[in-house]
Amino acid sequence: MIRVEHFYKNYGPYPAVIDVSFEVLKGEIVGFLGPNGAGKTTTMRSITGYLPPSSGNITVSGYDSVKYSLEARRHIGYLPETVPLYLDMTVTDYLSFMGKIRGMNQKWIDERINKVIDHVRLGDYRNTHVGKLSKGYRQRTGIAQAILHEPDVLIMDEPTIGIDPIQVVETRELISELGESHTLLISSHILPEVSAICPRVLVISDGRIVADDKPANLSNRLSGTERIEVGVSGTKVDSIISTLRKVDSVIDVRSDSRAEQIDQGKKEKFIPIIVDAKTNENSAEKIAKSIVDNGWGLRNLTPLPMTLEEIFLQLTQEN
Amino acid sequence: MKNIYIILMKEIKTYFASPMAYIVSASYLAITGFFFVASVSDAFSEATIRGYLAGATFFMIFMSPAITMRLIAEEQKMGTLELLLTSPVKEVEVVLGKFLASLATVIVMIIFSLYFVVLLYIFGDPDSGPLFNGIFGLLLYSSATLAIGLFASSLSPNQIVGLIVGSGILTSLTIIDFISNRVTGIGSEILSFLQLGASFSVFDLGSLGVAESGHFADFSRGVFSLVDVVFYLSVTIVFLLLTIVILESRRWR
Repeated sequence: MIRVEHFYKNYGPYPAVIDVSFEVLKGEIVGFLGPNGAGKTTTMRSITGYLPPSSGNITVSGYDSVKYSLEARRHIGYLPETVPLYLDMTVTDYLSFMGKIRGMNQKWIDERINKVIDHVRLGDYRNTHVGKLSKGYRQRTGIAQAILHEPDVLIMDEPTIGIDPIQVVETRELISELGESHTLLISSHILPEVSAICPRVLVISDGRIVADDKPANLSNRLSGTERIEVGVSGTKVDSIISTLRKVDSVIDVRSDSRAEQIDQGKKEKFIPIIVDAKTNENSAEKIAKSIVDNGWGLRNLTPLPMTLEEIFLQLTQEN
Repeated sequence: MKNIYIILMKEIKTYFASPMAYIVSASYLAITGFFFVASVSDAFSEATIRGYLAGATFFMIFMSPAITMRLIAEEQKMGTLELLLTSPVKEVEVVLGKFLASLATVIVMIIFSLYFVVLLYIFGDPDSGPLFNGIFGLLLYSSATLAIGLFASSLSPNQIVGLIVGSGILTSLTIIDFISNRVTGIGSEILSFLQLGASFSVFDLGSLGVAESGHFADFSRGVFSLVDVVFYLSVTIVFLLLTIVILESRRWR
């Protein structure tokens, strides 16, 4: 559906994207992960035909994004990072304008507007001015325009940025639903978000693709370490650390004094301990056992996902 | 063609749904009305719309950029330009649709102001030829000023920048005859050729609001002049092309 081959993009003398190649097959949901300024938006803009590549080829549904740009655009639904809305139009007027500009006929537009408004659950707001909608509803309006013309390919640039947590969950659900009938490329700089939606993740850093894998494999493959937060009560931090260091699969132990917590019942402090351990060696079980064997209280044992920064650091050092 | 029409209709709807349309139209009628009255209220004055035309051409220095300032700047600011240009729409269609919308707005205003003409026919005996020639010239003059305004709007996502740059260009092309009068030779001719048509001497009370200069002088006197028609059309086309170039420039920046 989307094929990117040796794509380069320079802004003046500055390279923004360097030799990026990937393919998104029909029906796939692919997450496009990278820190701000890594080249996500640039790549997406080139796929949508807004910015032509400096070199390399991009085809969408078989149409070259430069040579057959207008045709390629017909197959794309695009939600840019800042949701593009005409604030003085009602939701229905806005969708109707977007339909017309994409060459849909009136009958098709009328039919689709109703379906799409139901789909993104905007039913109560169809005649509200877009400018009066909350951010989450504006996001939905943006998604509605992207899927209005039944595109093969949906491209969404940071679709959950800047909306409140409840709406983030709803938007994710909506995106997952859309994934059932569309080919999807979603950018994000939040790893858990991408993991929740996408079975495949492309990681881009400094304009290069540094990984292309399943999100679960990604953090494991990276380092062979997993990170576990352990909350222990009933003894001193130092003795916990020295005990845990002796567990065989543990690599490193440190206390996270910033996250100092106070047990309200006993008025005693307990500090979460961060343990880096080898993966696939039942480290959590071994840690739990050593704490219980010493007669301390195990308050919590939480696997922590690797932060995006650490993943990038790992990936860029790997390459 | 269809896309131009879709964008045209969208802009007209948006414009007349906003207070801007009514504020600008009301000011236009008030100001041109003032100059019209000044030019015909004298006992011996001729039954012409020269005063109206002088007032209109002068006011358009500020009004045209005010009409066009949001057309492209707003789309840039809201990110909707990216949406338009990733839809199957060409830059030229966007620019033409928006330009025609602004022209339609001005035509509506001119139509409202035609009651001046009706008054002339009731109370006087105007010469129809020069009168309609003047209005035809005013349309050409407006399209040139609107194209310049639209170009100014494409330069920045900030509407105020569009307004100031647009009015700045138009003011320069108006006061250019102060300079061309003070130099000699070919330079003077080139500069005076660029004089767009409005004149600050509308404020000269001795002339009773009648002021003529540059390419509008002949239209105002009722003379049809092909050179001036070609000049206004050229300015319109050049600035519309420049606007398209600005929109396309993202491709090679």
